Amino acid sequence: MTLLRLEQVTRTVRIPDAEPLHILRGIDLEVEVGDHVSIVGRSGSGKSTLLNLLGLLDEPTSGRLVFDEIPLERMRSGQRDRRRGRDVGFIFQQFNLLGGRTALENVMTPLLYAGPAQFWRRRRLAAEMLDRVGLGSRLDSLPTQLSGGEQQRVAIARALVRGPRLILADEPTGALDVETGERVMALLDQVAEDSGAALITITHDPNVAALARRHYRLDQGILTPSGAEVRLEPALAAPTSAAAPALAPPVAPLAGPSTSGEVL
Amino acid sequence: MRLLTSIAAALVEAWGELRVSRLRVMLSLIGVAVAVAALTAVTALGAIAEQSLREQQERFGGRPALLSLQPTNSAGEAADSALTTAAFDAAAERYGITHTSRTIMDQTLVQLPTGETPVQFQAFDADYVTMHRLAIREGRWFTDGDAERFAPAVVINRDLWQMLGEPDLSTHPHFPLSGVQPTTAVVIGVTGDDCQGGCPTMNLLYDDYQRVGFTPMDYGPDSYVPQPTYEAWVPPSQAKELMKRLDSSISASLGDGWQTNISRNDYAAYLDGDPLLPVKLGVGGVAGLVLLLGALGLVNISLVTVKYRVREIGIRRSFGATAGRVFFGVMMESVVATVVAGLIGVALAVAVMKSPLVSMMMSTPVQDLPPFPISAAIVGLVSATAVGALAGLVPALVAVRVKPIDAIRL
Ligand SMILES: Nc1ncnc2c1ncn2[C@@H]1O[C@H](COP(=O)(O)OP(=O)(O)OP(=O)(O)O)[C@@H](O)[C@H]1O
Ligand SMILES: [Mg+2]
Repeated sequence: MTLLRLEQVTRTVRIPDAEPLHILRGIDLEVEVGDHVSIVGRSGSGKSTLLNLLGLLDEPTSGRLVFDEIPLERMRSGQRDRRRGRDVGFIFQQFNLLGGRTALENVMTPLLYAGPAQFWRRRRLAAEMLDRVGLGSRLDSLPTQLSGGEQQRVAIARALVRGPRLILADEPTGALDVETGERVMALLDQVAEDSGAALITITHDPNVAALARRHYRLDQGILTPSGAEVRLEPALAAPTSAAAPALAPPVAPLAGPSTSGEVL
Repeated sequence: MRLLTSIAAALVEAWGELRVSRLRVMLSLIGVAVAVAALTAVTALGAIAEQSLREQQERFGGRPALLSLQPTNSAGEAADSALTTAAFDAAAERYGITHTSRTIMDQTLVQLPTGETPVQFQAFDADYVTMHRLAIREGRWFTDGDAERFAPAVVINRDLWQMLGEPDLSTHPHFPLSGVQPTTAVVIGVTGDDCQGGCPTMNLLYDDYQRVGFTPMDYGPDSYVPQPTYEAWVPPSQAKELMKRLDSSISASLGDGWQTNISRNDYAAYLDGDPLLPVKLGVGGVAGLVLLLGALGLVNISLVTVKYRVREIGIRRSFGATAGRVFFGVMMESVVATVVAGLIGVALAVAVMKSPLVSMMMSTPVQDLPPFPISAAIVGLVSATAVGALAGLVPALVAVRVKPIDAIRL
């Protein structure tokens, strides 16, 4: 089933006293439920711009964007916000945790915009989610008291707490060292897989890209499938999956269908 | 259920926000609390001043609606006292009037320790005290039981009390009264009235006045002879109707040639609408100005903080906060904060108004001083909420215009 479809999407920004900037030029993309897609590209190639479009934060200048069979232009802004809250989970390079609030409060934030069933159980849902990313003992820690890897895990828990169908990660390992980045990616991959959500990862790290099933390259606003990357996969998959056992305790409970079913 | 959840969630969010930015909230709270305290205190002062003004007016003209009646004939002579009293009492009974009084003012010579002194006096029935909300400084006013006393009870003013040597009331100070039936007056109360020792006055019950039969003072030929007035305290809405009825019923009892000359003398009869409107408008204007300054300060603080929080708003929006929710959330923060500040402000105002400083500032003591004007507390709280909503409006509008992508890019 198609979750998201882009047809000839462009994004142009007007800059005063200058030529309009064509950031995205004619993007075609189709994302299935449960898909795992990576997009690589150099800095300034328009990756974040594309991700914001996919997450309904922005509108295309031209072309069509269909989310869950509904064309974007048919959604009113409130509907779009609510759908984003329900179906999309964002993970940012800079974590973007809310300052001054504990890990638990950060993970509860998306549930403030959810329906009664999730809102009234927000504390339990958030605690469970933090437990699943291995931070069950750090519920009351403030972001400043957490390491970069831990902060990103809080961000992953926050992105997943409402059980989204699409997870958008914009350079999720960009601010982490290589090893921590790998562990966080393995966790994200695992959690996404368990919940059956589609995962789109933006990165310029080939190792991170290698975890995905389908690969794209964004160059000067043009998106092309890059089968070439696939050959990297066997070589790079090994150390990543080797790292996975280290995460075994926090990740293991995810496998149970009852827990993942509850969040979804 | 969905709406309830949204409101609950917005409150949770606002509370969390306030908890995190304690310092900024404290600052804005102080401003609002002070403004609300000022407003509440000013409103309360207004209410008390109004009460004090009303009491003064009521002492002279009576409480609304007070009807006065003075039967005369064409020759200007007073009607027979016993006959008029009987007719008046019968009419009052018939129309269900609960408070009535006869009253007369005159002067008599009293033998005081300092020598023979002319003393102004007023005689009335016990109800008169209530009808005119008379104040007392020490001791008590008359009750119905005082009419049975052998020695007439009197309530004197400060001047007369000083002439008597400032006696302690528990020693039952007394002085002789001369008249047809000379007797001794016993002082049971002292009023606060005075004119720096120059005008001694006393009050006594009408029955005692009749019993003593004071020797009339010589005012010279053709002088005005004081006549009793009959007063009835009636509900203002029935005043017109009862005036007519009392007039016809008493005139009928007195017979041909007598007029009742009934009139209404309380302050409410003279003025259309609210006689204290100018006072209220003045007080309200000052209070509004104070509040406006408080609101401006709050808008300023919230605007600064919204800019600071643009990024956070962007993050919240990426997790599904609608524009409406962001608007409501920022607004709620402001309202939650000002309501708390409002409560503190009202408490502060109550504390200030209760302090002895305020009663010292009042020129005449207020008799029926309410514990604290509830209206003032309500005005304080309502305006705190309104200011919160108003001050929240500007930053809320700014917050709604935050574009999530720009905010996250920061
Ligand atoms: N609103 C805007 N106004 C002006 N320029 C913009 C705007 N949005 C994006 N750009 C420009 O478009 C280009 C692509 O931006 P984008 O953030 O999508 O790049 P990116 O691929 O995510 O880069 P990075 O890897 O550094 O994050 C950049 O040159 C950026 O400066
Ligand atoms: Mg980017």
